[in-house]
Amino acid sequence: MTVTDPAPAAHEIGDRVVLEAANVTMRFGGLTAVGDVSMRVHDGEIVGLIGPNGAGKTTFFNCLTGMYIPTEGRVTLAGEQLPPKPLKVVRAGMARTFQNIRLFGNMTALENVMVGRYCRTSSMALTSVLRGPKFRREESATRERAQELLDYVGLGKSTELLARNLPYGDQRRLEIARALATDPQILLLDEPTAGMNPKETEETMHLIFKIRDSGLAVVVIEHDMRFIFNLCDRVLCLVRGSVLVEGTPGEVQSDPRVIEAYIGGDDADEEEDA
Amino acid sequence: MSTNTALPDVLDDSDVSRRDRLREQHGAKAPLLALAGGVLLLVSGLLSWSYDDRILGDISIRFYPAGIQIYAMVLGLVAVVLGVLLRRRPGWLNPGRGLAAVGWGSLVFVVVALVTIARQAGGSININEGGWVALVGALLVFAAGFVAQRFELNVRTWPRLPGWAEILVIVVLMAVLLFTTAYTLGLDDSWTFVCLLVTLLSVAIALVGSGFGEYVGFVGGNNRRVLLLAAFLVAFLFPFTQDGSDANMSIATQILIFAATALGLNIVVGLAGLLDLGYIAFLGTGAYVGAMLSQSTFATIGWKPPFLVVMLCGMAVASTFGLIIGSPTLRVSGDYLAIVTLGFGEIFRLAMFNLDGTNGPDLTNGPNGIPAIPDLNFFGWDFGKVHTVAGIPLGRFSNYYFLLLLLIAFVILVFSRLNDSRIGRGWVAIREDERAAEAMGVNVFGLKLLAFAIGAALAGLAGTIKAHQDTSVTPDQYIFLESAFLLAAVVLGGMGTVAGVLVGATILKLLPEKLRDAADYRLLLFGLLLVIMMRFRPEGLVASKRRQLEFHEDDEELVQLAQTEHLEEAK
Repeated sequence: MTVTDPAPAAHEIGDRVVLEAANVTMRFGGLTAVGDVSMRVHDGEIVGLIGPNGAGKTTFFNCLTGMYIPTEGRVTLAGEQLPPKPLKVVRAGMARTFQNIRLFGNMTALENVMVGRYCRTSSMALTSVLRGPKFRREESATRERAQELLDYVGLGKSTELLARNLPYGDQRRLEIARALATDPQILLLDEPTAGMNPKETEETMHLIFKIRDSGLAVVVIEHDMRFIFNLCDRVLCLVRGSVLVEGTPGEVQSDPRVIEAYIGGDDADEEEDA
Repeated sequence: MSTNTALPDVLDDSDVSRRDRLREQHGAKAPLLALAGGVLLLVSGLLSWSYDDRILGDISIRFYPAGIQIYAMVLGLVAVVLGVLLRRRPGWLNPGRGLAAVGWGSLVFVVVALVTIARQAGGSININEGGWVALVGALLVFAAGFVAQRFELNVRTWPRLPGWAEILVIVVLMAVLLFTTAYTLGLDDSWTFVCLLVTLLSVAIALVGSGFGEYVGFVGGNNRRVLLLAAFLVAFLFPFTQDGSDANMSIATQILIFAATALGLNIVVGLAGLLDLGYIAFLGTGAYVGAMLSQSTFATIGWKPPFLVVMLCGMAVASTFGLIIGSPTLRVSGDYLAIVTLGFGEIFRLAMFNLDGTNGPDLTNGPNGIPAIPDLNFFGWDFGKVHTVAGIPLGRFSNYYFLLLLLIAFVILVFSRLNDSRIGRGWVAIREDERAAEAMGVNVFGLKLLAFAIGAALAGLAGTIKAHQDTSVTPDQYIFLESAFLLAAVVLGGMGTVAGVLVGATILKLLPEKLRDAADYRLLLFGLLLVIMMRFRPEGLVASKRRQLEFHEDDEELVQLAQTEHLEEAK
């Protein structure tokens, strides 16, 4: 299988900083899971987060999305500081997917995406019972947008299937569609290709490019090195909670410290992918 | 002993293959067996079953079928029809499964009938030839059901009838429903009732199992509005079948109040997935508000507004209580929430018990409660009086029945519209995965509170009517057991569905009224029923497709079926 390298100048990275994490630190008791990590993501940029297992990548994501309250540091989205509440983070325009897929298994694919629209719609209990024209308009707009997003990620035909019955790769894509439904400015993907076969991985890569081209910034955690180095504009390597190396894929790939972190660590098997 | 562990598997395998082999060898005989058994059951209906004419109604006369003789004939007829169908093999039916249900049903039915005759008349000598013929017939049908081959129903297309014919199917179905309900409620004898119940249940299971149920669902889906209208029309016509008798109407009103409350609980438990074990407190709140603001001379508050205002007050007060109880408790979930709500339910009862003037303000008259609540009066329509409509007298409970019918229509409207909306999707998302819902921007805490408040408001509304219908409100009506029964109605019927909860509520309220002989074992039987349900049909009697898949994940066939159905719908 060949993976097409994106031409470096194929797209423009904007000047505007979408997401800025400044000195984020997360301690659990005596354990520092994330120590003083700073990261900037610009418009239309794909940033990769790599690192051996337990390096604190997902914890960092949780700090960004307000699921954890960082011990120190702050997160700003488009210039505004984010409160550590998932609800407000989503409203501000940051959406995420999960490492272990967390779909609403007993809802259909369409309903899953429609739940994603929740924070961008407003009908409350009374309007839902009365069903005025405004409610119906909003409901059909929600449905339409959800269907659009399903088509966008390539699940247009699985609309009415229960999420739990979807094939694994489709579940990951459904999670992306659900996250996109919240109209984010930036998308955080936690291992979007875990468990996928090479073909699905390639499809996912094209999907992420497509999302990037629509103007979103993307941050990706991934163990698949080929995937990450082909996809990202910039890569951060986290080791034991702090940034070891930051740079272009080429720089990070050839950095001896990264290789050592992987080979020298207990995750030698990860090297096979690189 | 080590071989023992492997034994069940081996047994299972051989068991299945033996049955398959049996079906292959003798499957061809099944239609004939079913026909023979069915005809025998039909004939038995024309014969005498017992010497004594006081047992199970009068079944001692020949060629004049009555009571259980008619049930036997119904079972026989169904067996004959299924036997014929088994022979002709229409692609959209699976008569084999239906026959199995009828076989079990008629066997149980005949055995119950014969044992009852023998016991009440003092020995099996009192059983006449009809009983024995029926037994042979039942055994034959049972055998037919056992060996009948099951067909794969690959074709999911039903014969499409013209529109008026489909509506006719619904109308006939509803008419049968109305007639059966009126007839069932008219029965006084416990054991006849049991026999009827077995008959109805087995016929229902047979129809559903053989695929008629899905066909009806298909027809109903095509004419949803007609179905809904017909169902309400049947419910509306029911009092007119009672000839002015209030005995059954009293039960019916109790069922409606219970069902309305259970539907409210269904929002909390079935949709939002919050286990509330103190829900009866909200019904109590509504009832107390209704009583305190009523015209009763024992009412503790001087203000006596019109009933519409009282209903609104009941809703408001109950939902306020819901918010007050909910805001601290909803921070815990799962088992903890169940325990905390259980505690609040008891606190409510004890508070009502003690607000008698000595321990606090006199609001509830303590254990005496508020008695002598007068009947409602809507624009001169006195609910306490007998009104004659179209020559049929309608008593006090019929009047309340109509009001409660409106109430339940309102509750169903609220439930189903909320279910199919942004709010409902949020609730189900929370039930599925709270953390993920939060990460997708769903206001988890707010929605949980809302579920609590709306559920409480609906129960409060039902409570205000209940106060007038019962004419008195006392704390001991709102014990934990009632909460448990409400929850049982929801679980038994099917979480998250309207029809299921209606069925569950009806069963839980109707059976104790009709099975007075077994009153001492009421709780034992309910426990048994729930255990059996959880073993064989954990998704409830009427399952939403969602729940069905949740519990039968391993059932490849079902999953496949759902998928192809979804795909077809999508096209």
